[in-house]
Amino acid sequence: MNEAMSHKATDRMPLPEKELMIEGAGCASCVVKIETALKLVPGVERAEMNFVERTVTVAGDVPMSELIDAVEQIGYGAKANSSESAEVAAAEKEAADATYYRRLLLNMTIALGVGIPLMAYGLITGDMMVNTATQQAAWGAVGLLTLAVMVFSGRHFYVGAWKSFTNHSANMDTLIALGTGTAWVYSMLVVAVPALIPEMARHVYFEATAMIIGLINLGLALEMRARGKTSQAIKRLIGLQAKTARVIRNGKESDIPLEKVRINEQIRVRPGEKIPVDGKISEGTSTIDESMLTGEPMPVVKQVGDEVIAGTINKSGTFVFISTHVGEDTALARIVAMVKRAQNSKLPIGRLADVISAYFVPAIMIIAIASALVWLNFGPDPVVAFAIIAATTVLIIACPCALGLATPMSVMVGVGKAAEFGVLIRNGEALQTASRITAMVLDKTGTITVGAPEVTDIYIAGAGSEADILYLAASLEAGSEHPLAQAIVASAETREIKPGKVEGFDALSGRGVAGRVDNKKLLLGNARLMQEKGVEIAEHESAAQKFANDAKTPMYLAVDGTLTGIIVVADPVREDSIAAIKRLQDDGIKVIMLTGDNRATAAAVATRVGLSDYFAEVLPEDKANKIAELQAQHEIVGMTGDGINDAPALAQADVGFAIGTGTDVAIESADITLMRGSLHGLADAIAVSKTTLRNIKQNLFGAFVYNVAGVPIAAGILYPAFGILLSPVIAGAAMAFSSLTVVSNANRLRLFKPVAP
Amino acid sequence: MLVLNLLGLALIALIVWWFWLYKPPTTTDAGNAEIVVENGVYSPARIQLAADQPAVLHFLRKDKSPCAEMVVFPDLDISAELAVDKTVDVRLPPLSKGEYAFTCQMQMYRGTLVVA
Repeated sequence: MNEAMSHKATDRMPLPEKELMIEGAGCASCVVKIETALKLVPGVERAEMNFVERTVTVAGDVPMSELIDAVEQIGYGAKANSSESAEVAAAEKEAADATYYRRLLLNMTIALGVGIPLMAYGLITGDMMVNTATQQAAWGAVGLLTLAVMVFSGRHFYVGAWKSFTNHSANMDTLIALGTGTAWVYSMLVVAVPALIPEMARHVYFEATAMIIGLINLGLALEMRARGKTSQAIKRLIGLQAKTARVIRNGKESDIPLEKVRINEQIRVRPGEKIPVDGKISEGTSTIDESMLTGEPMPVVKQVGDEVIAGTINKSGTFVFISTHVGEDTALARIVAMVKRAQNSKLPIGRLADVISAYFVPAIMIIAIASALVWLNFGPDPVVAFAIIAATTVLIIACPCALGLATPMSVMVGVGKAAEFGVLIRNGEALQTASRITAMVLDKTGTITVGAPEVTDIYIAGAGSEADILYLAASLEAGSEHPLAQAIVASAETREIKPGKVEGFDALSGRGVAGRVDNKKLLLGNARLMQEKGVEIAEHESAAQKFANDAKTPMYLAVDGTLTGIIVVADPVREDSIAAIKRLQDDGIKVIMLTGDNRATAAAVATRVGLSDYFAEVLPEDKANKIAELQAQHEIVGMTGDGINDAPALAQADVGFAIGTGTDVAIESADITLMRGSLHGLADAIAVSKTTLRNIKQNLFGAFVYNVAGVPIAAGILYPAFGILLSPVIAGAAMAFSSLTVVSNANRLRLFKPVAP
Repeated sequence: MLVLNLLGLALIALIVWWFWLYKPPTTTDAGNAEIVVENGVYSPARIQLAADQPAVLHFLRKDKSPCAEMVVFPDLDISAELAVDKTVDVRLPPLSKGEYAFTCQMQMYRGTLVVA
């Protein structure tokens, strides 16, 4: 259903809204002027100004820069509210969190300040009974002091519990409020009307109330600290964004705020600077460090025509580029949006915990009452005291938070960590399935190999030089778009050979091409073409076979019916494919190559990269069927391809991995996107998903065991056999630290490092 | 003792009814509602939406506790981070008829979208 829903969502989403902050609008009449100016911008459907807040909400698919221009043209200042908001919001959140953290620590100090001396008194003197009028007065005063602690340090628990109750829901606040409240009310009852209570049970538990409130405040404070770390990855990604861009307008260079940069602007980047928006280099050469986005450790050389990505760092040269994507459309902005969304998506493994969480608190309340009743009916004297302790301890020890946090915290850290290695995970389900993959299908061209065929050898079979052969072949192929043809043309270009004019060009499907160049009749193609046209190749066939065995594709060139040479084209295997495939195999994954190439070349490539399984001569439309065949054999299949040509196969696979670099990556097209071209990214993705799932299982196991063991012990199940009954204070400490443990364990994922390539 | 036992059983029955069996009759129309996130609850917690139409929900988080930080629509794969004392808009795609839950990350804050 999710799939259908998200497609539907993109089709029919309401128009995107943008918010601008307006400067210099002093009177109410400005409102009409500004709104009208914005509505005149093509594409704007609606513009509404909030005069009090000096903001305008604009609906329409229009770049922010155009809106700002429109407002500035009529004499007001404007800036984007949204593009600044990521950083401003982060700063505000940090300030708010810091205030809350200090408040929690103050709450804790005051509560423990009362609780610890009381507990020490109880432990040292062992006397917390109310039997005399003096004791009654003294404990009454302590009771009022505890009430002050409850109001000051624990008010949020009681208010929250009451609000939830009136809303027919219950949460952690409910349990804490009921637990501490029960202990306090019972103690006050002992103080106020001791005669009502059996003599042995006239014990007060004010220290428990104060201690529990103190400990839980401490737990919350520590948890908050730990939680801050879980979102570090996303903060780091947001921080990659430059703040200004050096734009060249009318020959003048000036630094302007990022939100004012438009598409098709010339932008200069100097050494050491961040690239502000996505674009294409138009002038200059440089090396660029893209490791922060792609995980690729080596800086990449970029020249005119190459793409640059916002957020990456220019290392050496100065260059000028033309902006192609700005604002929310840059690869970086889309990555941030995707990671944020994935971090909060649900995992199938967490479903049970979610169901349990929904019924947890009322169930604990029922268990608390039931255990109190059991103590009352069957317990030893003083039954009332035992019943109260058991009920309070059950309420306090139960921790729905640990259960509820187990999955989301690990997903948050795991998905963020993956993004640091250039692995973008679309949602929680993809993460979980990736950890269970048993078979990985790799597309050959562009995945195992570089994806750009090159002429590797020229074999001279008759008269003429390499240059002559290349000249004739390039002339013949100059108009063709076939990748092999392009490789020949490119090779001629690098050798500065200018192709001649071709006449009577004819593409012979599955065999090659024919045509006339410089009045010579040419044939270029495979052995079958030569045989059909009666060209004698027997003498040179063994040479051609040798090239094929090396994973190269030989093409025969015949001039006027005589073999002149063999042009050999190969798509080189990526340097690190062999090591990365080995990593996958070592992980117990069956790796299979898929290609449209002929069997001999496929076999040669497979052998070279250490694969025994491959599908050769697969038509593009049959790729998805091959995946389905594997699935029919109960394999959990991952498919890695380029995201565009392999889309049906990626969709058929249990997890589709799109491999590619730069802004061309269709980030939304696959379950997992690998920003880096290397297959190590794939091995990293599998490794991070396995590690995250292991972490989630630890968390879930811990949270289940904690609750399943803790609640019965608190209820007193160990008492008949061992005489053990937990104190509510111990329960409070255990509960406070159980969710902290979950968050801290999830934080361990931050230390994850894939095996270095 | 009998009284205490009866009282206990009555309390259990009350809990079952109050938290699990009771179905709140009132829902609030999403168009004009601001959903306040405070003290462990979304209020209002049952939001009425028209089927097959996109909608926008306005969340105002007043609770500083980190529990209130996220609102998650698990069936829709939508989530939003809520800033303290600020209205955050959550855009929803057109939905088919039915009930969709929204919760905090830990499922302690709970609300329902009633799409009719």
